[in-house]
Amino acid sequence: MFTRPRYLATAALALAAATALAGCASDTASAEDALTVTDPWVKSVDSGMTAGFGTLTNATDEDLTVVAASSDAAPMVELHEVVDGQMQEKDGGFTVPAGGSVTLQPGGLHLMLMGVEEPIAAGDEVAFTLELEDGATVEFTATAKDFDGGNEDYDGESMEMDHSADADESH
Amino acid sequence: MDTTARRGPNRRQLLLGGAAVGVGAAAALGADRAGLLPGPGPQADTAGVNGERIVPFHGAHQAGVTSAPGAYATYAAFDLLDGTDRTGMRAWLSLLSDDAARITQGRGALADLEPELAIRPAGLTATFGLGREAVRRIGAAVPDWLAPLPAFPQIDALEDRWSGGDLVVLLHGDDRTAISHLLRMLVRDSRGFATLRWRQDGFRRAYGSDPHGTTMRNLFGQVDGSTTPKPEDEGFAAAVWAGSDAPAWLRGGTSLVLRRIAMNLETWDEVGVDGRENAVGRRLSDGAPLTGGSEHDDVDLEATDASGFTVVNPAAHVARARVEDPARRIVRIGYNYDDPVEAGALDSQGRPAVSNVGLLFGSWQRDVATQFTPLQQRMAEVDLLNTWTTPIGSGVWAIPPGCAEGGFVGETLFA
Repeated sequence: MFTRPRYLATAALALAAATALAGCASDTASAEDALTVTDPWVKSVDSGMTAGFGTLTNATDEDLTVVAASSDAAPMVELHEVVDGQMQEKDGGFTVPAGGSVTLQPGGLHLMLMGVEEPIAAGDEVAFTLELEDGATVEFTATAKDFDGGNEDYDGESMEMDHSADADESH
Repeated sequence: MDTTARRGPNRRQLLLGGAAVGVGAAAALGADRAGLLPGPGPQADTAGVNGERIVPFHGAHQAGVTSAPGAYATYAAFDLLDGTDRTGMRAWLSLLSDDAARITQGRGALADLEPELAIRPAGLTATFGLGREAVRRIGAAVPDWLAPLPAFPQIDALEDRWSGGDLVVLLHGDDRTAISHLLRMLVRDSRGFATLRWRQDGFRRAYGSDPHGTTMRNLFGQVDGSTTPKPEDEGFAAAVWAGSDAPAWLRGGTSLVLRRIAMNLETWDEVGVDGRENAVGRRLSDGAPLTGGSEHDDVDLEATDASGFTVVNPAAHVARARVEDPARRIVRIGYNYDDPVEAGALDSQGRPAVSNVGLLFGSWQRDVATQFTPLQQRMAEVDLLNTWTTPIGSGVWAIPPGCAEGGFVGETLFA
């Protein structure tokens, strides 16, 4: 597919960061074969908040848990769920059962991007890195799509949670 | 929504989809269904086999050019927004191909909240074409013929609302639900780049009504398109695929001309069977030439009757439309339209109109200027059918070659 030039540079940085991150982990190499991300996409946005989606599939015979996510398109990415119409951070991350899959989709689990400064336009490719419990990382790029559906509200009006506390925690 | 289960082909997809390589697929399916629907009488179709029929999206050529025309077609044309530049074109074309690659294969698109609507593609194909302005925005070489056709003042009554467009897509398949869903995704993904200029819907007989391969009938009742080359015919490739004389990005592609031809049923009603057959040069009953034989036999334009006149009127459609050089032929893809009568429309006698029908006359050709235009010029000058037909829409687009998995239609323009 296609990557806009401005992402090319930042994607390389993200890669370097991910490598460094993986280096910190005890003995885990790439987790790309263990956890795969299919049909990833991200909702286009001019600035502020948006969300990323896709299907996470676990090829191993042990549960895998995604504990953190990052992206070159936003300074902060959180793992969210929607409960009773309210978005909130998902306690304990996203657990993908052994040999199974979990779908991140509007109205359900999603990657919440916050503080987006440069517009994410339809057709852009946005790089993401997922961090697993054992420190291993999985990288993927998501296609940006214009999307109004899913009864989603990322403008913050209906969000009652305190993002600043989470921000301190993850940085 | 769990897409994992859908990823593994089931037995029928292996049987049918796996065999569905290019044009042989539908024929193979026809044979298969013969066993499923034994006997001539009414039978319950409990198999749903045709719904699962998949025409591969990826390949050297765009699939809609070579796959057998489905029962239904939708053309949609777009106008580019002012801000859509080369980068935007690339993003837009990528999104369009991604939607088409998924939905034609029976999967939901990305960000698709109704993937269930995609699971019965029924041979759905999507074919994308670029107008002159789109090619210019990308900065690729523009073929000389990529422009509106010359005017044909003898016949044309063109309306903007059915003409032109910077990008066109032709969706055809046997299931309108699948067509509708793909169109919706394409239009939704176009919002940031273009506006919908027009949309035209057409139909042939429903799947299963005719044996596979039967030539369509237009709404004058004529067997329409008997001589058009099929992909397996000698001469198809030479007539259709752009070669070394075309810009490099177009090789393996072709061109599309779409003419919206209104058909005047009221004045056609005034003509008897003899007059109708004389206008075309073929029998209405079976499409056979008036000089005898069956539908696919050649028309003998020299044959004379007892009084010395040619059997086929030299002004008849078959005489005027004949092209001897196979490489100068066009490959037609026709669909009927039968739209609601427009408010205030009058017929030729000034009465309130009761019909709004015609033909979406599409054609593929390597070079519009050397194939389509001379043919249209000849028919504009003389063709008895012009008495009852009026072109009211017209457009010309370049049809890029197909793409491989992971690529997108139009990528060759960015090379």
